[in-house]
Amino acid sequence: MSLSISTIINGEPRSIAIDDPRVSLLDLLRERLDLTGTKKGCDRGQCGACTVLVDGRRVNACLTLAVSVDGAEVTTIEGLARGDLLHPVQAAFIEHDGFQCGYCTPGQIMSAIGLIQENHAGSDPERIRELMSGNICRCGAYQGITEAVLEAREAMSEKNRSDAA
Amino acid sequence: MKRFDYIRAASASEAIAASAHPNSVYLAGGTNMLDLMKIGVARPDRVIDISRIEGLSEITWQDDGGVRIGALVRNADLAYDGRFARTFPSVAEALLSGASAQVRNAASVGGNLMQHTRCAYFHDPASACNRRVAGSGCDAREGENRLHAVLGWSEHCIATHPSDFCVPLVAFDANVEVEGPHGSRDIKLWEFYSLPGSTPDHVTALQPGELIVAVKIPAASAAFAPNARYLKLRERTSFAFAVVSCAAALQIDGGMIQSARIALGGVAARPWRCQGAEAALIGVEPGREAFEKAASLALADAHPSGDNAFKIELARRIMVRALTLAMEGTPETMPALPASPFPSESGARHVA
Repeated sequence: MSLSISTIINGEPRSIAIDDPRVSLLDLLRERLDLTGTKKGCDRGQCGACTVLVDGRRVNACLTLAVSVDGAEVTTIEGLARGDLLHPVQAAFIEHDGFQCGYCTPGQIMSAIGLIQENHAGSDPERIRELMSGNICRCGAYQGITEAVLEAREAMSEKNRSDAA
Repeated sequence: MKRFDYIRAASASEAIAASAHPNSVYLAGGTNMLDLMKIGVARPDRVIDISRIEGLSEITWQDDGGVRIGALVRNADLAYDGRFARTFPSVAEALLSGASAQVRNAASVGGNLMQHTRCAYFHDPASACNRRVAGSGCDAREGENRLHAVLGWSEHCIATHPSDFCVPLVAFDANVEVEGPHGSRDIKLWEFYSLPGSTPDHVTALQPGELIVAVKIPAASAAFAPNARYLKLRERTSFAFAVVSCAAALQIDGGMIQSARIALGGVAARPWRCQGAEAALIGVEPGREAFEKAASLALADAHPSGDNAFKIELARRIMVRALTLAMEGTPETMPALPASPFPSESGARHVA
């Protein structure tokens, strides 16, 4: 059985034949589309390393069937930077040492973008930590991650203000 | 993962018809079902994707003030819906205390009800589990069982129901609206889950092919909004299942309790409504003495099923604390750590 899906991945419309319905969105990205920035950690929704945006919402790509993103827009870590210009969340993670080994970082960054867009945390570090609890960092860079999210949120709202002006 | 046929249903009737095929499952958000399929606990031949069915993603307010929540409403969308969170604050608090932001963005209301126990032996196909394979035995009885049931369990199964959402729902008399091959019906959430008895593989009241289409909370339950809380003890601050949790809601008038709603989570194979404790609170002054008496009544029939006698005293104390929080009043804004026993003042401190 072959199922064909249409999806927009990092802004690019794609038509993809899925030869096996068991393929997760995570495996589609990594194994078929060569987008290996999205990481496989636990593969069970517990670590957050595979976090991507589907229609703007952060979800675990490991718990999403590839066939289910038919018609949806997917954004991965590869879709953030514009050439050498980093996304504000990427820049803030570097500025604040929001990582050590880096394996969880793409998921952390995608989750942080989702969190900032959801706008339920404000500038409260406690709320940011709570709403980032789906992303585990075994190096323990949590302090830097929280600072990076706080700064990126500020930078993104300043950019929105200047764009609107 | 075993191979399966994938079918995308365009309507509830199409999904129900497709489920006539033996060994079919419905798939919505997938956060529990795909996990169970990956580890070989769920091995369906046919997966019916219901996530595109129209008309099941709405939150509809009834004329009398009750609410009908479509089965495909995402957990996050319900918890952050302004009117819903104001009307049923403890339900929103319970939702936000469960899982992670990513999971809540995907997981559906119907799927939350249908999630399976997190008993490690249920999750391990190499272990004996009467819930997974009828008659195979229960390795949890002699295994790691400190988090297992203390109420309503049997020698055949000591698993607990993992949902937070369902705990205040049971307290608030929620109904489950289902559609099936023989039409639609409502099932009281309290009666939706079976106690294990000698047939722990019979988990819910759903008949073959029946599909949850909505969850309904009656208008009368909205009267508890000023004094409704959910409190959840976990083994880590966030993203963990309850060791014990409690939904508590009061109606207080003239310094006396007019009505109470109480349910416990993490203690039984279903969210555990405590009607005896509710009745004991009517007409009395809210306070520690009344709450302790009610909590003792609620746990009177509790027995350890293993290394978990501590959960009985813990449940008693969590209930007293949840009732105290409810008496003090629903907070204006959702706490930074929803349902957490840790102080929730904002600031740099992670854990007080």
